[in-house]
Amino acid sequence: MKLLIKNGKVVDPANRKNGPWDILVENGIIAKVAKRIRAPKVKTIDAGGMFVCPGFVDMHVHLREPGREDKETIDTGTQAAAAGGFTGVVCMANTDPVNDSEAVTRYILERARHSGITRVFPCGSVTKGLKGESLAAIGEMARSGIVAISDDGYSVGNAQLMRRAMEYCLALGIPVLDHCENAELAAGGVMNEGAISTRLGLRGVPAVAEEVQVSRNVLLAELTRCHLHIQHISTKGGVEIVRSAKKRKVPVSAEVTPHHLLLSEDCIEAQVYDTNFKMNPPLRTKEDVLALREGLADGTIDCIASDHAPHGLDEKSQEFEIAPFGVIGLETAVGVVFSHLVRTRQITMSRYVELQSLNPCQILHLPYGTLSEGAPADITILDPLKKTVVDKSRMRSKCRNTPFEGMNLTGGPAMTIVGGKIVWTA
Amino acid sequence: MKQLKNSHILGIGSLDSDDIDLIIEASFICKKILAQSSRKLDALKGRTVVNLFYESSTRTRSSFEIAEKRLSAEVLNFASSTSSVTKGETLVDTVRNLQSMAPDIIVIRHSSSGAPHLLTRICRASVINAGDGMHEHPTQAFLDAVTIMEKRKSLRGLKIAICGDIRHSRVARSDIMLFSRLGAQVWVCGPPTLIPIGIESIGCQVTYQMDEAVEGADVVMGLRIQQERLKEAFFPSIKEYFQLYGLTVDRLQKASRNVLVMHPGPMNRGVEIDSEVADGPYSVILDQVTNGVAARMAILYLIAGKTLEELRKEADETAD
Repeated sequence: MKLLIKNGKVVDPANRKNGPWDILVENGIIAKVAKRIRAPKVKTIDAGGMFVCPGFVDMHVHLREPGREDKETIDTGTQAAAAGGFTGVVCMANTDPVNDSEAVTRYILERARHSGITRVFPCGSVTKGLKGESLAAIGEMARSGIVAISDDGYSVGNAQLMRRAMEYCLALGIPVLDHCENAELAAGGVMNEGAISTRLGLRGVPAVAEEVQVSRNVLLAELTRCHLHIQHISTKGGVEIVRSAKKRKVPVSAEVTPHHLLLSEDCIEAQVYDTNFKMNPPLRTKEDVLALREGLADGTIDCIASDHAPHGLDEKSQEFEIAPFGVIGLETAVGVVFSHLVRTRQITMSRYVELQSLNPCQILHLPYGTLSEGAPADITILDPLKKTVVDKSRMRSKCRNTPFEGMNLTGGPAMTIVGGKIVWTA
Repeated sequence: MKQLKNSHILGIGSLDSDDIDLIIEASFICKKILAQSSRKLDALKGRTVVNLFYESSTRTRSSFEIAEKRLSAEVLNFASSTSSVTKGETLVDTVRNLQSMAPDIIVIRHSSSGAPHLLTRICRASVINAGDGMHEHPTQAFLDAVTIMEKRKSLRGLKIAICGDIRHSRVARSDIMLFSRLGAQVWVCGPPTLIPIGIESIGCQVTYQMDEAVEGADVVMGLRIQQERLKEAFFPSIKEYFQLYGLTVDRLQKASRNVLVMHPGPMNRGVEIDSEVADGPYSVILDQVTNGVAARMAILYLIAGKTLEELRKEADETAD
C-alpha cells in the first residue's frame, strides 16, 4: 500500500518545513519527504494549492459511547472527526459508565478498533464516577491506554485530591487535564455573569470561577511538577495566570475552543435565549475573546480543541436554564478557525498546525503530529479556498447543536488520512 | 390608526416607544371603560386565550382573567400544579398540545427566563409574558407606570427608588426600563449582594444606602424579600435587613412631599415594608391592583389587532 501526495504545500512545524514537498506513504508510515518524488505506478494525490499537514488531533471530544449512543457513538463521532479533518480525538470520561476503570477503557478502545474511523485516545477520569471523592483506577487505565485524566464536566473541587492525582500521575507520565471551575462560585449559572446575564435574568457564571481554579491548579502543578493542562480556557484572567505561570516554567498547557475564540455572550441576547449558545464554560465577553486570541498567538495557549458535546434536539429545545450545556464542533472547528483566524493572519499557518496537531500530540506524548520520515502517516489536507456554509443538516454527528449554523467559511478540510489510509475526502 | 407593531409582548426591552406610548394610552381608556360600566366588549369574541401559569400567582392571573372576560374571550386556565406538567411533560410538549386547540393568545408565567421567547418559536399564538424567571414582567411595569401617571401626570423628571431584592426581581428589570424610557430618574437600592452586576445598563443608578435612595424621591417601591435568600448568604438575617433596608415611616420622611409608596406584592410586612407605610396615606398599592386589569385589558385589546381609535369608540359607546 503506497500513496504519493504531490505538489502540496507541506506545513510541518516539528521539522520546520513550510513549503512545497512531496510525501510518499508506504505501509501506513511516511516513507519519504522530498522536493520531487517520482513514483509512476503509485496512487497519487495532487495536492496542488492545498496545505498538507500532520494529522489534526482534537484533544477534547465527547463521543457519548458507552451510555448515550442516542447522541453519538464512536462510529458517528469519528466519522464527524474525519469529515472535520481530524485523524485522532481524545474522548472524555463522562460516559455512562464513567471511564474510571480498566474495563471501560478497554471497551472504548475495542469499540474504536471495531468502528472507529479515526484514532481514538481515551481520557480516564480523575475520580471514581466523577464524584470528586476518591481516585479512579488511574494506573490500571494508563496501562490499558488512556492518554490523560480529567473529570471534565466538573472541576476536581478537593485541592488535596487534586494534589494527590497530580503526584500520582508523575509516575505514569500522563498529564492531568482540568475543567477549571469553582463549583460554589459557578453554582446555578447558565451564562457568563455580567450586564447581559442581568438583562436576560439568567444566573451568571463569573469569570472568577474559572480564574480561582486555574490559579489553584497552577500552584499545585508548580508544587508537584506534574503536567497540568487547562481545558477550554475562556477568560482573560485565566490566560494571564497561565502566561505568568509559563514564565515561571510551571509545567502547564492550555486549550481553547473555536466557539470561545469566535463568539461572545452577546450572541445569547442577539439570538434571544438560543440554547445553541449555551455551553460550559459559557461564552464570555468580547474582551475575553480578544485575550484568548492574543494568548493563541503569543504561545500562552497551546492548542485548539472543540469540546464536541452532542445533545439531542429534544433536550436542547427547552428553557435556557434547563437545556444541557454543550455544542458540537468536530465538523466546524477547522473551517471556522481557518476562515477567521488563519486567513485573517491573526495566526500563521505554521502556528495553526502546532495548535491543532503538534502541541496536542506533545502534551499527550503521542507519536503523531509530525511528518517525519518513519512517523505514522496521519495526514490532514486543507483546501484554503474551499467555500462552504455551515449546514447542520449535512453533518455526520448524530446531533445538530451547533452555534455556527449559516456561517460562511473559506477554507477547510479536504482530505483525512489515517495510518496511510484515506478515510475521508471532501 | 394606531396599532401595535409587535405581535408579542415579551418584555419592555423588546418594545419601541410607539408601542409603549400606545399601551399606556390604551390603559387609561380601559380604565375609563372599566369604571363606566360592567358591559363586555367584543374585541376577543370567538378568540381563545390560554393562561399558562407555571408559577403560582393570584394577582396577575386573576387580573388577566378579568381583562380577558371583559373582552369576551374564551378563557382556558392552565396551572402547572393541576396539569400534565406534574407528570413530567415538558413546556415544549405542553404547548404543542395546546396548539391543537388553536389558541390566539397565550399568557405565560414561568420560572425560567426566556420561556415566553421559546413559546414564540414553537407556536403561532401571540405570546404575552406574565413574568419569566428573573427576566421581565412587562404588564406589571405598565400598570405601575399608569399608577404613577394617574397621580403625577408624567414620569418625566421624577425620582423613583426601587428598593430590595433587585437581583432576583423581574418587576425591577421591567420597571427600570419602562420608567427610565418615560423620563424618570430611577434609583435602585439594596444590599450589594442583591444588586446584579451591570444593572445600570438598563437605565438606573445604584445606591446601597436607603437614605440616599429615598431622599427627595417621588416614588418609593419596595420589593419582596424571600426567606430562601437567607440560605444563599445574601444577608445575615431578616431583622438586620429590616433595620438597613426596611421601608419605614421614619425613612419616608426624607422623601418628597406626597411621595407614592408602591409594592408589586405579595408583601412581607415587617421585612421590606412597615405596615404603617403599606397601609398609610401615601400607599397606592391597591391602585396598582386596580390598574392591573386596565393595563392587561389594553394589551389584550391591542394584541388582537385592534386600534386605539376603535378602543376610543368603545369607550364612547359605554359612556352612553
